[in-house]
Amino acid sequence: MSDHVMSADASGVSVVPLPRLLFGDNQFFGINHMSEEKARQQAMRFQDLSAVMEVLDAAYDEGVTSFMCTTHDRVGRICDVVRASPQRYRDFAFLPSMPYAHKYADAVTENGMLGAIRQFLPDSGIVSAAVRGGRSLATKDVEGLIRLLVDAEMAMFRNVRTPVVWLQNVVVDLLLGLKFDDAFVVFNQYVRAQYDAEPGYITMNLPLALDTFERIGLDNPLVCSSINKLGFRMSGGVDAYRDVLENRRFRAVAMSVFASGAIAPDEALEWVCQLPGVESIVFGASSRAHVQATSRLVEEFSA
Amino acid sequence: MINIAVVGLGKMGLSHLSMIRSHPDVDVVAVVDSTRYLLDILHKYTRVPAFGDIETMLASAQPDAMIIATPTRLHAPMVRMALERGVHVFCEKPLCLSAAESEQLVQLAASRDLVTQVGYHNRFVGAFREVHRLVGAEAIGEVTHVLAEAYGPVVLRPRGSTWRSRKSDGGGSLYDYAAHPVDLVTWYLGSPIRAAGTALRSVFSEQTEDQVFATLFFPNGVTGQVSVDWSDESCRKMTTKITVWGTGGRIIADRQECRVYIRDTITPPAGYRLGWNTKYTTELTDATWFYLRGEEYSAQLDHFVRRVAARRTDGMNTFVSAARTDRALELMTRDAAHGLASPGRLDASLSASSLKRHLFRRHS
Repeated sequence: MSDHVMSADASGVSVVPLPRLLFGDNQFFGINHMSEEKARQQAMRFQDLSAVMEVLDAAYDEGVTSFMCTTHDRVGRICDVVRASPQRYRDFAFLPSMPYAHKYADAVTENGMLGAIRQFLPDSGIVSAAVRGGRSLATKDVEGLIRLLVDAEMAMFRNVRTPVVWLQNVVVDLLLGLKFDDAFVVFNQYVRAQYDAEPGYITMNLPLALDTFERIGLDNPLVCSSINKLGFRMSGGVDAYRDVLENRRFRAVAMSVFASGAIAPDEALEWVCQLPGVESIVFGASSRAHVQATSRLVEEFSA
Repeated sequence: MINIAVVGLGKMGLSHLSMIRSHPDVDVVAVVDSTRYLLDILHKYTRVPAFGDIETMLASAQPDAMIIATPTRLHAPMVRMALERGVHVFCEKPLCLSAAESEQLVQLAASRDLVTQVGYHNRFVGAFREVHRLVGAEAIGEVTHVLAEAYGPVVLRPRGSTWRSRKSDGGGSLYDYAAHPVDLVTWYLGSPIRAAGTALRSVFSEQTEDQVFATLFFPNGVTGQVSVDWSDESCRKMTTKITVWGTGGRIIADRQECRVYIRDTITPPAGYRLGWNTKYTTELTDATWFYLRGEEYSAQLDHFVRRVAARRTDGMNTFVSAARTDRALELMTRDAAHGLASPGRLDASLSASSLKRHLFRRHS
């Protein structure tokens, strides 16, 4: 049994555990890893904010108050709703995952790598100065760039609660593969200092990520990854994941527990709930009945 | 260990670098790009040896293999340089902007016994691979027609400042986007003998086409249609879809699933029944050592690494098969040059009678 759901980390600083269930947002944005038809149906169903809020409200009233979301423009409108009714949403927490990768990927396709940075950070002057002067970027520039990008993504969450800020998996995994370790260090420090939040990392390569985080000294990191009975999107395989869950010090959040619907809900949840050391489970749902069913199963299997 | 150099650090180059650097059998011995500051950042933070040009890199780093992810116009000279030095090559798609050039590279690689591969990653998508297997096993009888579609939100405004918006550099939706579905069609049906009704149409781009529509003719009367639009905002990201009709049924596949209807005139292959079947990506996809943005991207690099290790010149997506796709793209370009709606937008002033004459004229 791992120790990473304990209430204090190595330095004795207390760690507030995440709720057992986090509400995901894939269903709201037409993301479905199983069927493009279903994805389109969901995109149509949730194109009005009211349809999204109806489901979020249902989840909130069922006690699922943490919303793990991308930094899609439409999430900004959810923030507006939550900000406008502080009493109604007293316990509502956003756990944003940044960046919204498609936005940047499309910009890179259109304007190139540096053009994209210029587009998103028009006033920073960092890149234009470097390009104009033909000089290379200095270390402090790269750190500054990461901070500015975090700030740009966090702007929509002003005055709402964000206890965790996630770095999204395409970025985490790109950096892991490149061995660009310092980027994690900068992100870790900045999210803690500037946003008083716990930095989290989403990855499809959990064992490799943990090796990297250990090497750079991130203690008891919060890491979200695909964890499901099928081994779907679990690089290294189910056994390697089971091994790190049992033996490594980190806070595990499981996503894709249903493997995009390939595993029946009760079977999927029973399997993940009996794993040692899974602190939280991210799930998506498109109705109150879905939320209730998932909550009930998780409660039952976690007992 | 295989020593690999990555040339070109754009979106594809960086993602290839990330995947290949984590491969257990690979040492990345060099990255090459003409942009100084990108090179400096990478070198400073990841310690990978960085070079500003290929000549210097080849002399100094002496890689066994090279991954080339530069703008398409640069593929031919860079690939040639690598092959002439005895270096195995993985090149981004499409291979070349001219079928003749692709053919020369095929010959050069063959004469040196070198391993070649092109980044048509869709052939490593479980559902599209299943289509190939089912067609080969005649699971829907004799194929009569294929529809290959790709839609996505790439160009939604009349601007853009990279090579992708310049035809001369290999930009445009035909070579940069339609190449993917066309490659799947040539995988399933072989080389087309003719293209007709090709429309390369601009929606927003000033210098290139955004839409590609064409009919391809194959031996034995089999036909294929290509329908591509990269100015379609209704798709969240690139969506590729293949539909195959046969005398014994129909296959519909996208990245997520493969649906098959099998008539009772056919004995279904193992795991299939008469009527409708659905296979999902979860059961059609093999796990990879590293995941960045789809198993297929990792799987194609792993395939290349294994082939280089074994010096196996045959395999998936060799220059031979990519040259076939380049020929199909060229057939379409040539056809479009004589066609109705190319280049540019459909002319609204075209009278109804002349439109009818155009539409129903015989193709020579």
